[in-house]
Amino acid sequence: MTNTLHRFGDAESFRDDYIVFALPTKSKKDPNALPKLRRFLEIALEYKPVNLGDARHGGALRSSKSLSPLSHWKRDMAPDFQAVIRGLDAPTSCAAVFDNPEAAEKFVKRIKEEDLGISVNVSTSIEGAARCCNFACIDRHSVGYSLGFEGKTEKIPDSQVAALSTMCGHGMISHSFAKKMIDFVKENRRTPDQAVTYLSRFCSCGIFNPSRAKRILEDARTKAQ
Amino acid sequence: MKISRERCVACGNCTYVCPMGAIYIDPVLKRATINRDECVECYACYNGLSQEHLNPTMVRTVRRVFAALRIRFEPEPDVCPTAAFEPDELTWPRVVRRAFSDPSVPHESTGVEGRGTEEVKTNDVTGRVKVGEVGFTIEFGRPGVGVRFHEIQQMCWALAEAKVSFEKKNPVTSLMSDVSTGTLRPDILGEKVMSAIVEIKVPVERTEEIVHLVWEVEKKLDTVIALGVATRCGEHGEEDVVAPVLERLGYKIERAKTNIGLGRIVESAAEPAPEAAHV
Repeated sequence: MTNTLHRFGDAESFRDDYIVFALPTKSKKDPNALPKLRRFLEIALEYKPVNLGDARHGGALRSSKSLSPLSHWKRDMAPDFQAVIRGLDAPTSCAAVFDNPEAAEKFVKRIKEEDLGISVNVSTSIEGAARCCNFACIDRHSVGYSLGFEGKTEKIPDSQVAALSTMCGHGMISHSFAKKMIDFVKENRRTPDQAVTYLSRFCSCGIFNPSRAKRILEDARTKAQ
Repeated sequence: MKISRERCVACGNCTYVCPMGAIYIDPVLKRATINRDECVECYACYNGLSQEHLNPTMVRTVRRVFAALRIRFEPEPDVCPTAAFEPDELTWPRVVRRAFSDPSVPHESTGVEGRGTEEVKTNDVTGRVKVGEVGFTIEFGRPGVGVRFHEIQQMCWALAEAKVSFEKKNPVTSLMSDVSTGTLRPDILGEKVMSAIVEIKVPVERTEEIVHLVWEVEKKLDTVIALGVATRCGEHGEEDVVAPVLERLGYKIERAKTNIGLGRIVESAAEPAPEAAHV
């Protein structure tokens, strides 16, 4: 799956978007994959990620199957990172999202030192990933380039909507919902922080970047690009 | 997916969250209704919306009173107040929709675990894309447009004619009735999915040829394509072979995922790298 790769935006727009993810290899099963992945997430927590998640259970903000009606007035908006770590029950792709290069670089360096032996990828601008590798004295192994979107691109909505919706690479954040959240913020019916939590809950693997989303929503409020 | 007519209160929240725009409020029924032909069974409505379990009669009454008084009824936008969504029992071939659209389920219909493949994300362990090779991921329908398999088949036909190697463990490849021609099973051709990825591998010298082929076919398709190109870096982490070709073709590469090479083969698990389905 290419869920972290094809985010709408130019390299500059990824200045606060660093996804570092680890995954075990399906064809060469590692019996210790689960504790290694849990360790990966625990270490990530030390570097203050803005999201954390696994591909089976989702990110640090999740929907609820039994919401109290009182939540309309007092909704819990805090991400629960510990729940992500506790909930990891099988080897799968695990991701940590950072909103600044310093944290991502230090985390990558630490992960190298930890020597977990599982594949780790950095998904961001090419320059951003290169800086992470340089900081950790790592030679890149392989690289997968995103060439962006083509074909019937007139079916893709405006750039701010697409920048929000493509932060869930699995497509669980609809263009309409992203547009609705932009409109809610423009009309001052919701704050950007509130809008971000609504969007986050739809991402099924925890790679949604709430900091970048907040910036996009604040820009959209005044239509700044 | 189904929406219970007894429980739905037509609040409209779900009409926004459907990635395919397949949910609407039926003006006669006065209930949320799913256009089943457009629904890709992604379960974003069921999994993404939080659920309350309010009494539907009470909610309808409150809404009617508020509407009469011209008072805006504004619930949280990511909530289904009466838990009206009910997962449907899917049968073949409709089950393929969910397999390609709901990231929370494995590819049971295709026999391949997971929604896609590992591509070069585990290349440091699998050695799947070697020096001098290029892996293409041609993803259809993303973002938020969707695709039917008869459109994907057009690309598969063109690629097969160009004698490329389809990735054997890819879910689309597993739905081919004839890998040598890129022909998909006829019973799935009308099915719509959120997105699907065709994966191929070619020698680096064929990069430009494949990009031109994709450009030619995508003109005939009524969907969007996200193109990914992966390769193995050199001994010192350099990659100065494929990127220049892509830039020459006019691409401005803004983003990449970089495998930083920390994976290792566990002794007891060592086995040959996965094969590609050569044609």
